[in-house]
Amino acid sequence: MKGKERAKLAAAGCAVGAVNGIFGGGGGMIVVPLLAGTAKKPPLVAHATAILVILPVCLASAAVYLAGGWFDAELFIAVSLGMLAGGAAGAKLLNAISPKAATVAFAAVMFAAGIRMIF
Amino acid sequence: MRFLVYLAAGAAGGLLGGMGMGGGTVLIPILTVLCGVPQHMAQSVNLFSFLPMALFSLRIHAKNGLLDARGTPWMIVPASALSVLFGILVQEVAPAVLRTCFGVFLCALAVYQVFGALRAAPAQKKQAKSN
Repeated sequence: MKGKERAKLAAAGCAVGAVNGIFGGGGGMIVVPLLAGTAKKPPLVAHATAILVILPVCLASAAVYLAGGWFDAELFIAVSLGMLAGGAAGAKLLNAISPKAATVAFAAVMFAAGIRMIF
Repeated sequence: MRFLVYLAAGAAGGLLGGMGMGGGTVLIPILTVLCGVPQHMAQSVNLFSFLPMALFSLRIHAKNGLLDARGTPWMIVPASALSVLFGILVQEVAPAVLRTCFGVFLCALAVYQVFGALRAAPAQKKQAKSN
């Protein structure tokens, strides 16, 4: 890996960290295209390795939110259990639908939720 | 009752996340808009609930040989440092302001995802032809 690529990854890392700290998530969505583009990893490897990159970053920001008094054990347990079950179902469902149509439909829902939060 | 509502919210977030869409970014609006959870709390629970899920996925990915850590420290170190710094700064931001900013971030991500999907589609077609 050349110096220029390292600098690019470090600069992107700064953006990922800022987003993750401010919004409590979303950094992974920036990591995947960078690992595929700049670090030239195949798509599946880029997706898997993005989790490896974002895990310590989330751990660091989670500690800050905990120190700030933002932690609710009941909420955490309920959401985590739901996510594990939903995640397994979603991974299975992925094979049954058209990825492009799903992404566009999903983006529309995200956009609507975003507008709802702005106003 | 409260537990069941949060369980359903987590399942909805996990379902979309498992399909590779948005990951945690969907869980936060589900919790704030639909369940009335404060913005900072929703962001915190998103970070915490990601941890067990990530460990679980990493074990599977490692077994399948899909992890390639070369070059990743160049991202992990500055990202971790800045996430702590901005995490501390955001603790002082008013929930209403943070919620508005999150809404803008969500809209931007939605637009970015649509462009990504539209760009990837012709490339796949081209590849199919050359095969």
